[in-house]
Amino acid sequence: MTYQWDWEVFLRDDGGGRSYLEWMLSSWGWTLSVAVLAWIIALVFGSLIGTLRTVPQTGLRRLGDVWVEVFRNVPLLVQIFLWYHVIPAIIPAFKGLPSFALVVFALGLFTSARIAEQVRAGIQALSRGQGMAGQALGLTLAQTYRHVLLPMALRIIVPPLTSESMNIIKNSSVAFAVSVGELTLFAMQAQEETSRGIEVYLAVTSLYMVSAFAVNRLMAWIEQRVRMPGMIGGER
Amino acid sequence: MKKLCLFSAALALGAVIAVPACAQQGGTLKKFKDSGRAVMGTRDSSAPLAYTLGGGQYTGYHVEMCQKILDTIKKQIGAPNLKVEYTLVTSQNRIPLVENGTVDIECGSTTNSAARQKQVAFGLTTYVTEVRMAVRANSGLTSINQLNGKSLVTTTGTTSVQTLRKHERGANVNFKEIYGKDHSDSFLLLESGRADAFVMDDNILAGNIANSKNPKDFIITGEVLSVEPIAVMFRRDDAEFKKAVDDAIRGMMKSGELDKLYAKWFQSPIPPRNSNLNMPMGATLKALIANPNDKPMEDYAKK
Repeated sequence: MTYQWDWEVFLRDDGGGRSYLEWMLSSWGWTLSVAVLAWIIALVFGSLIGTLRTVPQTGLRRLGDVWVEVFRNVPLLVQIFLWYHVIPAIIPAFKGLPSFALVVFALGLFTSARIAEQVRAGIQALSRGQGMAGQALGLTLAQTYRHVLLPMALRIIVPPLTSESMNIIKNSSVAFAVSVGELTLFAMQAQEETSRGIEVYLAVTSLYMVSAFAVNRLMAWIEQRVRMPGMIGGER
Repeated sequence: MKKLCLFSAALALGAVIAVPACAQQGGTLKKFKDSGRAVMGTRDSSAPLAYTLGGGQYTGYHVEMCQKILDTIKKQIGAPNLKVEYTLVTSQNRIPLVENGTVDIECGSTTNSAARQKQVAFGLTTYVTEVRMAVRANSGLTSINQLNGKSLVTTTGTTSVQTLRKHERGANVNFKEIYGKDHSDSFLLLESGRADAFVMDDNILAGNIANSKNPKDFIITGEVLSVEPIAVMFRRDDAEFKKAVDDAIRGMMKSGELDKLYAKWFQSPIPPRNSNLNMPMGATLKALIANPNDKPMEDYAKK
């Protein structure tokens, strides 16, 4: 009793005038949009907060601490529900936003806490002499970070940043819970309608793997390009 | 073949995919006698057909009907100590769980359709539902065609999703569709104002409205998008079990027990809020009780 494969299910009309294949590709587009926009937010806020956690001013450090603890200690799905159900009720300005925007915020800020920790680790991995040398040259704190510390720290953390980028592609799947039409939502609904769960889930899985792997290769290329001789991972 | 069954059962664990061709060896009745337990799949917010009262207690029209069916089957196969276990299923996983044998009989609000009959079997139709929409009473909406540009919520994994898609294309109405992950989530979206209408089987709409904070704020309105027969679901290729279930249902129909059950759940106060859905039995269901059948929803659409 072997399983009867039916890959032609993807060419069937789903009742709305398009084939399941078209629907799947459009859902893939949504997945990538959520992931990319959340990634941008995560990078911007993550680098900022990670840097703040290493500055000498206590007030700024506390701000960074609070940010990271808040967004790291709550599960992602719970955060998404908070953004979707609770925050629009408390802050009326958010009521008009589409669920796509809310998911991008939720996913972006969740990931920003993780990136902040990685940036902090990268900065603290540098020897203290670097910061002192910068200041001895007459650079302000901001200039020391901008010209001396951050360029090196960010190069160091490219490998964990690669994992984080791949994670954000996979984490975008929780957007289904707030009705963003991405791949996981497609998989669940198409599986129910066509009764061909195995084909649908295999196709969706391979799309996720392709996306994550493409991100992996992109980050590897970036790592190659920004490599500096003498640094960790640099040419000998 | 048994190895293939074990392997595919292992695959199905943790995922929601099942190998359809892997039927339980020996039939469900034999399984009841051997293991001494029957697993009933039920829902948590499909009032009044099947819903939870909290604390692992499930109740409802179909749940009670299934309890009576299992009582009849107990006597029939001579297993008076058959223990019934209740498992929560969702619109998403109910068919895979029945297919792979985790759930023996699913008593919820599953529509009998030709597509689903390729994977599972259904009992005689015991409820007929019409897909309509619930809106806020003060919204003034009376038809789905007035929803141009508005948003509409329905639950993922239900037949209503496809019904809406076909309707949107046919009637040329452009509405925004939101998918709730289950019926209570969908109703919450209507309640909070994110959606202007909730499209679902009328009994689920009535049940959720009755259980809400302010039932008077909502009304069920709009044209009937689809007429669907609802029945209990169990695994395919088990003619013995189907006959046992169908006989039990037929018995209840003839003796008037099903009518009493219907009146209890649809026309009297029901837990948890003692609200009365006030839905008298429609002509289709009355005709079915007189002449039971298990025709799929596609046959109803042709009328």
